[in-house]
Amino acid sequence: MSELRDEIEQVRRDYPAAAHSAVLPALRLAQEHYGWLSREAFEEVADALDLTPAYCMSVASFYDMFHLKPVGRHMVEVCTNVCCGLVNAQAVLEAFESELGVGPGETTADGEITLRAVECLGGCSTPTVVAVDRRYRQSVTPEQVPGIVEELRRV
Amino acid sequence: MSEVLVLAGAEESPLRDLAAYREAGGYLQLERARAMSPQAVTQELIESNLRGRGGAFFPMGRKASFIPTPDKVAKPIYLTVNADESEPGTFKDREIMLRVPHRVIEGCLIAAHAIQSKHVYIYVRGEYLAEYESLQAALGQARDAGILADVAIVIHRGAGAYICGEETALLESLEGKRGQPRSKPPFPAISGLYASPTLINNIETITTVPKVLEVGPAAYAEIGAPPDSTGTRVFCLSGNVKRPGAYELPHGITVRHLIEEVGGGVTEGRTLKAVMMGGSSFPVMTPGDLDTKLDADSLGKKGYFIGSGVVSVVDDKTCIVQFALRIAQFYMHESCGKCTPCRVGTRWLVQLLRAVEAGTASEQDLEVLLDVCDRIIGKCLCVLGDSAAMPVASCVTKFRDEFAAHLAQGGCPFGHDSTLDGLFAPVDQHAHVAVEV
Repeated sequence: MSELRDEIEQVRRDYPAAAHSAVLPALRLAQEHYGWLSREAFEEVADALDLTPAYCMSVASFYDMFHLKPVGRHMVEVCTNVCCGLVNAQAVLEAFESELGVGPGETTADGEITLRAVECLGGCSTPTVVAVDRRYRQSVTPEQVPGIVEELRRV
Repeated sequence: MSEVLVLAGAEESPLRDLAAYREAGGYLQLERARAMSPQAVTQELIESNLRGRGGAFFPMGRKASFIPTPDKVAKPIYLTVNADESEPGTFKDREIMLRVPHRVIEGCLIAAHAIQSKHVYIYVRGEYLAEYESLQAALGQARDAGILADVAIVIHRGAGAYICGEETALLESLEGKRGQPRSKPPFPAISGLYASPTLINNIETITTVPKVLEVGPAAYAEIGAPPDSTGTRVFCLSGNVKRPGAYELPHGITVRHLIEEVGGGVTEGRTLKAVMMGGSSFPVMTPGDLDTKLDADSLGKKGYFIGSGVVSVVDDKTCIVQFALRIAQFYMHESCGKCTPCRVGTRWLVQLLRAVEAGTASEQDLEVLLDVCDRIIGKCLCVLGDSAAMPVASCVTKFRDEFAAHLAQGGCPFGHDSTLDGLFAPVDQHAHVAVEV
């Protein structure tokens, strides 16, 4: 049995009343393994939970954090909602765009870093919030952007 | 009385360790509650008049009393805790999970006892990784110490969808489906998770529970702005203010006090133009109403909402049309697509506001904007549509001159100097329904 399958079996136990409740955690595990949700990933999740791949895809397509296309090895997500916007999130986003040479929703040519503009991350008292590989960086300024990108390129 | 309750013991640094939490009196109220009958615990919650902190402000004790007792139903009873905090401007639940995770667990266990539930699901928004880890660590410590007894608590992580903060959408999501709200009735108390009786509470409400028992329901009901807005609130202060942050204060302080005294006032050299009051889902507050008290009744009398305790300061460098547009874009992106007025209406709002911002709209389009808002409000299964329409309608009516100036000048009077200039919606993400604007 594959490692992913093992992990899905494990998480399934949290939902004794209904295996389909494990779809979200299972999709997250699959995405952690493969980086994104390919056709094969959906088949694996569906098989482990006795569901169809089509059902799993219909669920995944609703949620913002599931990637239905390949993404970069690193993910940079800049909050662009009003509270960060009032304190100039736009400048932070533009700094990432010029540093990476890509726009929001795009991945650098070397496949390393994907840039996204996202909705409120819930860090409104420390604008601008940037989630770097899912970890929040708070009070990010445009001046800090080159350093963050350099850090990502090194790891 | 301005006592810190929910965040007590974590004012300086997070209170994450079990031993430290116990030293601060942690889990004593759980012990006390378990020695009481479930009905007696519910009665204390009713007497305290603790109300839901997620936005609806429904009395928690009464909601718990709607749950049938196990002898009346042949199904398990569920407690689900809503930590899908995604309302723009809201970050209190995040602070609570990071700073007092054991109090969250204790609150869950007391509430579970009150409704005789053995199954607790805490739904944490997917983006909250550190918060999930903090809660998971506390849960592990509590489990190892035997505190959970026969109650199973599972932390369920969302995957990025604002709508899943709506209680029935949350249940759908927890059942492994697309997060689309259900029609009510039946209400979750009768038919919730897996069609079983389910109590759903916001995480701040749940975390307040041990403190309600500790200070006593009668004393708790005296704090804040009784009779309706009792107790404290973790207010979320943000935007163009000197000292933004999560501040726990009693209900009934004024908006002015929070912004000027607690927050140090508006950012240097700027003046206050509006306040995003309660969250992005509600009418914006104008400067003339700054002396309004932060309690549901005082705000309600002036057409405002306490929502999730948001006070976000908008200064004079902000174009109000851009502000309304950015909010409308958010709701367009987050609309689940189930109800036509919301799915289509939020797109119309964005189109019309873009035309106003570009200066290509006509005076009549402003009336159309208000008409579209009117055709959304109250006409959908959940309040997401209303949440898009209310702030937009309030911006149009309260800042009509600024909207008109866009039309008269054929563009934005701020040129490119507005703080929000060029701030577009996250177009790269797949919205729940296709976005073609």
